[in-house]
Amino acid sequence: MHRRILAGDRLIAAFLVGCVLFNYPLLSLFDRPTEIFGIPLVYAYVFCAWIAVIGLMAWAIEGRIR
Amino acid sequence: MLDAPVLIAVSLLYLGLLFAVAWWGDKRADQGRSIIANPTIYALSMAVYCTTWTFYGSVGRAAVSGIGFLPVYLGPTLVMALGWFVLLKMIRIVKANRITSIADFISSRYGKSHLLGGLVTIIAVVGIIPYIALQLKAVSSTVSLFLSYPEIVMPNRSPTLPVAADISFYIALILAAFTIVFGTRHLDATERHEGMVAAIALESGVKLVAFIAVGVFVTYGLYDGFGDIFEHVETHPELRHLTSAIPSGQGYTGWFALIMLSAMAVLFLPRQFQVAVVENVNEAHLKRAAWLFPLYLLLINLFVLPIALGGLLHFSGQGVDADTFVLTLPMSQRQEGLALLVFIGGLSAGTGMVIVETIALSTMVCNDLVMPLLLRHQRETLEEARDLSGLLLGIRRGAIVAILLLGYLYFRLAGEAYALVAIGLISFSAVAQFAPAMIGGMYWRGGTRGGALAGLSAGFLVWGYTLLLPSFAKSGWLPDGFLTQGVFGMELLRPQQLFGLTGIDEISHCLFWSFLANIGAYVGVSLLRPPEVAEATQATVFVDALKESGPIGAVLWRGRAKVSDLQELVGRFLGPTKAELAFAGYARRHGVGEGNALEADARLVQFSESLLAGAIGSASARVMVASVAKEEPLSIDEVMHILDEASQLRTYSRELERKSRELTAATLELQEANERLQELDRVKDDIMSSVTHELRTPLTSIRAFSELLRDDPRMHLADRVRFLGLIVSEAERLTRLINQTLDLAKIESGRADWNACELDLKEVIEQSMAATSQLFREKEAHVELDLPDNLPLILADRDRLIQVMLNLLSNAAKFLTPGSGRVRVALCRLADQLEVCVADNGPGIRPEDQELVFEKFRQVGDTMTAKPSGTGLGLPISRRIVEHLGGRLWVESVPGEGATFRFTLPLAPVQEQAPALAAGG
Amino acid sequence: MSKKILIADDEQNIVISIEFLLRREGFEVLVAGDGEEALAKVRAERPDLVLLDVMMPKMNGFDVCQALRADPDLSATRILMLTAKGRDTEVSKGLGLGADGYMTKPFSTKELLAEVRKLLGM
Repeated sequence: MHRRILAGDRLIAAFLVGCVLFNYPLLSLFDRPTEIFGIPLVYAYVFCAWIAVIGLMAWAIEGRIR
Repeated sequence: MLDAPVLIAVSLLYLGLLFAVAWWGDKRADQGRSIIANPTIYALSMAVYCTTWTFYGSVGRAAVSGIGFLPVYLGPTLVMALGWFVLLKMIRIVKANRITSIADFISSRYGKSHLLGGLVTIIAVVGIIPYIALQLKAVSSTVSLFLSYPEIVMPNRSPTLPVAADISFYIALILAAFTIVFGTRHLDATERHEGMVAAIALESGVKLVAFIAVGVFVTYGLYDGFGDIFEHVETHPELRHLTSAIPSGQGYTGWFALIMLSAMAVLFLPRQFQVAVVENVNEAHLKRAAWLFPLYLLLINLFVLPIALGGLLHFSGQGVDADTFVLTLPMSQRQEGLALLVFIGGLSAGTGMVIVETIALSTMVCNDLVMPLLLRHQRETLEEARDLSGLLLGIRRGAIVAILLLGYLYFRLAGEAYALVAIGLISFSAVAQFAPAMIGGMYWRGGTRGGALAGLSAGFLVWGYTLLLPSFAKSGWLPDGFLTQGVFGMELLRPQQLFGLTGIDEISHCLFWSFLANIGAYVGVSLLRPPEVAEATQATVFVDALKESGPIGAVLWRGRAKVSDLQELVGRFLGPTKAELAFAGYARRHGVGEGNALEADARLVQFSESLLAGAIGSASARVMVASVAKEEPLSIDEVMHILDEASQLRTYSRELERKSRELTAATLELQEANERLQELDRVKDDIMSSVTHELRTPLTSIRAFSELLRDDPRMHLADRVRFLGLIVSEAERLTRLINQTLDLAKIESGRADWNACELDLKEVIEQSMAATSQLFREKEAHVELDLPDNLPLILADRDRLIQVMLNLLSNAAKFLTPGSGRVRVALCRLADQLEVCVADNGPGIRPEDQELVFEKFRQVGDTMTAKPSGTGLGLPISRRIVEHLGGRLWVESVPGEGATFRFTLPLAPVQEQAPALAAGG
Repeated sequence: MSKKILIADDEQNIVISIEFLLRREGFEVLVAGDGEEALAKVRAERPDLVLLDVMMPKMNGFDVCQALRADPDLSATRILMLTAKGRDTEVSKGLGLGADGYMTKPFSTKELLAEVRKLLGM
């Protein structure tokens, strides 16, 4: 039971993290004509944030608790 | 080689393959061996979200707005994080109430209302038609591209093209036929299509592979990786804006609006509802899919921007539509195999969407639009017919054809003016109108039928006015004067600057006004009056769907009905054989003898109604059941009473469940405790046996010598003295043993007294050396001291430390060879601790024994002469003392070269000296 | 001819006391400090009786007993096990392995002598 609740809370956290990462104002910090490793910053940022959120969800769901 | 016959052959072959998969899936489902009972297949089937919009349109979007194509996939990612809660609840509700579509869902929630179901159906059909047109546009333009191969000619459609000469018309017809074969071969009360899901999952795999293949081809074949493409862009200033910033036309508002919009679409698009909720086999699959589906979205988008930029660079100035880059790039390089793969991928994306969407829509049209009308106007005909299942299938098939033709119509009228993505967003905005009624219905008891009707209508009207009509106007089908001057010349009513709202894109604009109207009307009207009986009942069923014991168990029906009537009624819609099977199954499950019960109880009535609901929708099912059952109306008080009782029952059973869980837990705990006790018992036994052994050994000598002395009064004086000396030393050993055993027990149980104070470790060592100097002198050992001054103080118990030192020193002395022994005692400072080492040059300890010496009663000695005279407790006690003081004690040794015992102790914390002292004392 | 007895024990003081006791009674006494030495001495010296401690270094009393009983040449050698662990399981294990007698430490010298004599048929 606790496992379920914790996993659920982690998913909600992933949702909130995603909401913050994917939107203004955090997004605007990376929204500038710079490149990182030859890839436009905002492009790299969105994909990295996206992977992070998916990873967080996978961890929340599949991860061992305790 | 890419001519029309090849294309047609490959397409038909591929569709045939899909059909084979579907047929196999259905067959396996009938045998009860589902091939889609797998979270990965479930996630892939959700990827029906990615249509030709994604496959071709994302690149087109990216060519205009850089990363502006992405929010449409970020929204679903976020929603899937909440899918655990929202989708799970929807699945529970749908399964418990045999709901078959989103229209059914909303109609059922608000008291099984025909009107509401019909309204939702209309919104869905009208809203989705542009989306279907999008698929037709994409598929037909790729076909025309192929037909002009190896030239790359943009399909140029003249509006006067006769329908009969239009490829897309035939594509629409083929898709309709295909969908009919897929989705409406037979009628099922649960409206589940396992075979179709299997085929959709396969298509999702194909389109992903195809898209990534193109991506890799463009990125690594045409160019030299991501970096290379972006470097090329640097030299084209007109493209720079695509890689740098959120597009100016969209802005952060538009970005946010798209995330929200897509988040709602992924829940409420009829096809998403169909695959994610209705077709769900096992709610546990939701877990894996919750992150696999977003991962799919990420993968399919990875190469969008590189393809878009690659295409813009490659076709610079040639007038190639960016929506076709995915196909035209391989074509321009004569990559025929890849081009064909792309075509199949696009076909997968298009057919997948069309099939699921039209099946879902046709179910709605049949159950929530046509059936209610028939019930109202053709009641007699319906009641006379023996078997209506053929009629139902006919309605659905007609609906499929009609929907595809409407899609074709929209494509003819408005398709050319818009890019793929823009068309899709119109549909997204339409289905988003379901959100307030759906979400409100699942979480708010107060929502009423009137509220839902008002909200949906208002939202739909605003959507039509601000988005759909302008789309007609922009394509020239309507006069576009009202766009700039407003209706009747009222500027405030300009559809895309409603009430003068400017500065945001048309999607955000529509979303804002339609949601304002929708939510406002829904909440406002709902609050006008309390929910009626039917609404309150359904609200409880929906809102409480996730409560531990599931939806409420009460049956809110009272009246009289005959079993035979009910069975006949169900038989008319499902077919007599299916009905008979279902009723027999019900009788078996509930222990009712077949045919014995003439009078149906409330549960059987409800069972029949749910069977019917699967086939004709919940609202119609209620009407049909009412036609054969004499229902006595329940007052709101009675309903409340029944619900009360049910909830009391539920509380009671929950209490029971809790008790039984507690009992199980307690039993487990007891078992564990018992095992622990037994384990402790064993340990205690071992220790007792060791202790008794150690006690008996000196006692044996003492008793033997005593008896010898007693029995032989004439013993030689020398023997007598020697034996008495041995008795005394064995008695001392016994005393030592008892003291140390008690000491160790005290330390282990935590009852030992510790007097912590700040110590100079050097002083402690010197004191211990003085006490043991006699031992070393006896062995004529050379003692070397290395004790630097001015080391920091430590916080420890002086007597205990001396005990440790004495132990190590006497231990060292014991093993020294008389005459040639050397002992070195050193003290040094490490980072935040002090280390003491006592090294001897005795026989040393074998590596395998180096840990054993710290175990109780484990003396390590080889020969009689080397047998240590200790108790076997000195080192274990020393180790525990050092560990208690926060340090570590260990031994390093090379056999034959001596042993070095080392221990560390942490330094006293400098700032907290005073409190630490107080706490230590 | 006096009977030959081997004392196998790693506790020096116990050996001293038993050795003194048995010599006084006129037995010829041999001493071994561990299991391996005991086994070697039995083979070399063929004592009539072995007083065998159980807890010894290198090879414990049970193993020595088992090795002795496995050798048909030594079947005449009597074995008296001495142990500080007085549990019934240990007693029966010793007897099961072919020991002729079993005494728990600490024992009375009189009883030990009586047992020794009995095993030697005196």
